[in-house]
Amino acid sequence: MCEKHDIVIIGGGPAGLAAAVAAYDAGVTDVVVIDREEAPGGVLRQCIHNGFGLHKLGRELTGPEYAAVYAKEAARRGIRILRETMVTALSPDRVVTACSREGILKIEAGAVILAMGCRERSRGALNISGTRPAGIFSAGTAQRLINCEGYMVGKKAVILGSGDIGLIMARRMTLEGAKVEAVCELMPYSGGLTRNIVQCLEDFDIPLYLSTTVAEIHGRQRLEGVTLISVDENRRPIPGTERYIGCDTLLLSCGLIPENELSLGAGIPLDGITGGALVDERRETEIPGIFACGNVLQVHDLVDYVSDEAELAGRSAADFVRGISPAGKTLPVFAEKGVRYCLPQRIHAGASAPVELYMRVAQPRERVKIVARSGERILAEVSRRRVAPGEMEKITLKPDALCGAEEICVSLEDL
Amino acid sequence: MVYDVAIIGAGVIGAMTARELSRYRLKVCLLERSSDVASGASRANSGIVHGGYDPEPGTLKAEMNIRGVEKLFRAAEELHVPCIRNGSMICAFGAEEEPAVRELYERGLQNGVKDLRILSGDEARKLEPELSGEVSLVLHVPTAGIICPYKLTIAAAGNAMDNGVELLRNFAVCKAEKEGDIFRLRAESGETVEARFVVNCAGAYSDRVAALFGDGDFTIIPRAGEYLLLDKAEGGRVRHTIFQVPSAAGKGILVSPTVDGNLLTGPTATAVETPENTEMTPEGIAAVKALAARSVPGVMFSRVITSFSGVRASEKDGDFIIRTSDRVAGLVHAAAIDSPGLTSCVAIAERVAELLCGAGLALEKNENFNGNRPDTEAFRHMSDEEKDAFIRENPDYGRIICRCEGISEGEIRDAVRRAPAALDVDAVKRRTRAGMGRCQGGFCMPHVMRIIAEELGIPEEQVTKKGPGSHILTGRL
Amino acid sequence: MKKEITCIVCPMGCRMTAEICPDGPKVTGNTCRRGVDYAVAELTAPTRTVTSTVRLSGGGSVSVKTREPIAKDKIFDLMRILRTATADAPVRIGDMILSDVFGTDIVATAEAGKEA
Repeated sequence: MCEKHDIVIIGGGPAGLAAAVAAYDAGVTDVVVIDREEAPGGVLRQCIHNGFGLHKLGRELTGPEYAAVYAKEAARRGIRILRETMVTALSPDRVVTACSREGILKIEAGAVILAMGCRERSRGALNISGTRPAGIFSAGTAQRLINCEGYMVGKKAVILGSGDIGLIMARRMTLEGAKVEAVCELMPYSGGLTRNIVQCLEDFDIPLYLSTTVAEIHGRQRLEGVTLISVDENRRPIPGTERYIGCDTLLLSCGLIPENELSLGAGIPLDGITGGALVDERRETEIPGIFACGNVLQVHDLVDYVSDEAELAGRSAADFVRGISPAGKTLPVFAEKGVRYCLPQRIHAGASAPVELYMRVAQPRERVKIVARSGERILAEVSRRRVAPGEMEKITLKPDALCGAEEICVSLEDL
Repeated sequence: MVYDVAIIGAGVIGAMTARELSRYRLKVCLLERSSDVASGASRANSGIVHGGYDPEPGTLKAEMNIRGVEKLFRAAEELHVPCIRNGSMICAFGAEEEPAVRELYERGLQNGVKDLRILSGDEARKLEPELSGEVSLVLHVPTAGIICPYKLTIAAAGNAMDNGVELLRNFAVCKAEKEGDIFRLRAESGETVEARFVVNCAGAYSDRVAALFGDGDFTIIPRAGEYLLLDKAEGGRVRHTIFQVPSAAGKGILVSPTVDGNLLTGPTATAVETPENTEMTPEGIAAVKALAARSVPGVMFSRVITSFSGVRASEKDGDFIIRTSDRVAGLVHAAAIDSPGLTSCVAIAERVAELLCGAGLALEKNENFNGNRPDTEAFRHMSDEEKDAFIRENPDYGRIICRCEGISEGEIRDAVRRAPAALDVDAVKRRTRAGMGRCQGGFCMPHVMRIIAEELGIPEEQVTKKGPGSHILTGRL
Repeated sequence: MKKEITCIVCPMGCRMTAEICPDGPKVTGNTCRRGVDYAVAELTAPTRTVTSTVRLSGGGSVSVKTREPIAKDKIFDLMRILRTATADAPVRIGDMILSDVFGTDIVATAEAGKEA
């Protein structure tokens, strides 16, 4: 079966839904969203905690509520969402192959928006020594089992990684009666939002051990305990600092990886640092007509920014379908001194609207300014009292600043 | 009921022996201490079909290896187990290792290995561009191949069961008695089984099992081998299986594609106390990385998706033990089967049948024997058009459960239904690859648990990772 | 009583010190007015929005939250109540699941049941 649609969006999470609504509102109404779950909303469906939407909607919602806002908007416009349908291939000429209980579906798309989200780094990727018992979960898997399936995963837990999901799960496990013995973080600082450290750990007296990792896993069938070890400034274990903690559960919250297997299959070049596609200010990848947004492009910490990014991608895809192309030459964007990455990686000099550059810093710093330069010329700068890798930063370039600019470098400087 | 033959151990040797015996009109049971077949060394080894250049001429290893290669390829075809003849390369790094390569070449010729070639480093790099520039001389073995050891074991056990063999799981033999001509085998659980003949295929436990019969004249030295498995993005790094010159400890660290398209590196070789010592160690992980990088410097270890360790059953004298017990009539050992045991498994199974026959077991042909097992991976290899038509008839195949490996609900249900049934999450993983991809089950595990629970008619809380004691959930909220 | 408080009102995360003095609360380390309000609340009557799930009588569960934040020291008492509570499907977002617990209501935060 082969269909034709103006815009196909792969993924019906917050990014996919917001992109669909924005594309529709930009005048392209033949939009299809393909989602693998039984209901749209993506990972937000299991994020039952609150804290979503303050920036974007001006009120604090839980994950399912935030997702429902966009699902409702999509439904109101009659946007078609294919559920329990998994895209298995994407070609560079925008033929999307998907699989569902109804069979194999092929769609020739006018434009494609990648919104597949991300996955958690697995235990295998972490290479922890020891046995392979039951009781080791990525934090998101445990979150799904508890919040969506209604099962408890353990009684006594250690959490490796202080990313936001790990922190949220420390609180959730505690509320459901488990004892969370510790959260360990390999780095000397937490990767999570301050708000979560306070409300998820400090509220419940859960210790956070920085510069600490799990050296060994014990137990043959079900987890019996873990050996923790401190690490030095080069993240190397310090012999003699081992200590054993008995536990039946280990949750891993050690980073998120954009799920770009489909993108790779289509030959879309990726950024080695973000793990997502290389895009321009419209979120177009290096393959014309294929756009990307949300966590498949860069891992966000606030869904509000995902929605912003997705709306931008949705409008851009609509432009593409209607034959509107960007003006001016492309200016490369480079992350320098203290900035780990910067997105978009290229900007059209003729961009008519302000361009927001999103970035993550390499290390926590205080009293700094983020500066975007072209050669000697400062295009924009903004000062910050405190920056941390766990909190995405952004800086806005005005269209007139781009006029005459060459390559753009973004760096972090002392105030 | 008295079985004609009880086989102790459902690794690749036990399973293949069971299949071999199911060609005859015999009542056969396969006793496995774990909750699934292929739970010992057959779960975790290199998966190499060795050419036969390595074993010393005149040993059982040499004989079984040479006889085994083609038999294995044939059995794999009948069982629909993917087996690829990718060839292997044994590499010398500099002049001092070159004599060893030439010696292996000579030994290979003596063993009767076909098409062996000596290549210069540059010639080898033409075939295998990612090979280290330090490699100076290579033995190229075009007849060697790769196979998935646990898939082969599962398929062999399944085919044996289709032909009437019974599999008893969680049956760890702890006592063996003989009354007249009948053996009585007692499991730790208290269950007993009676049989006229017993085959000891207990792998790393085979010396202990022999001792239960009062036949303890060999000693297994369990040796752990640690491996790192990499993402499919690394699977094309090499085409051949790349070995280094072997040492006393084993065939050294290899770098090899797998039949599923991943890249495998390992194993280490460390003597361990017991066969249960399958822990990964920091030293092991570091050694695998360093030595694999010596052969193929470009391997990106940031793409490791999992690590595992398997314990091999080596005998102190180094050869396989395949013989009738000289103390206990009716007992046959197929013990100390380390490398090249996987390559030899069909040849060994045939030898065991001969030994049983020699010991008085009547082998009457089973006219109903069917050595072909349906292709469990048929769906995956269909074209989009074929899949579309198939899904319309069987909608479960259209619901993808494991997104990394693209495994459908239909395939997972098949794994639970088809002998030997997958009863836990790891067993499903070994049969279908669901959970074996880059997310390592992060997304699909809750779905797989639900499907297992539905198929077995048990509450989800009772679904385990790998048998008794490995429960995943601790209760309902 | 003096207390170290990390502000969570915005991502800045100011480290504040708050103290109730005879002439009213004293807060230092903040960079804006909202920090003061937060610190005083934390010191005098800390509250939290609680989110969890409630069982559905027909099987499964639905996510819920307190409509308003409740006193922080009542969180575990609330969890005990939620553990025994059930809701009947279908449930819509905002439906009241329990009324008047610790001064607020428990409302559903997701849809559940066929008619959703």
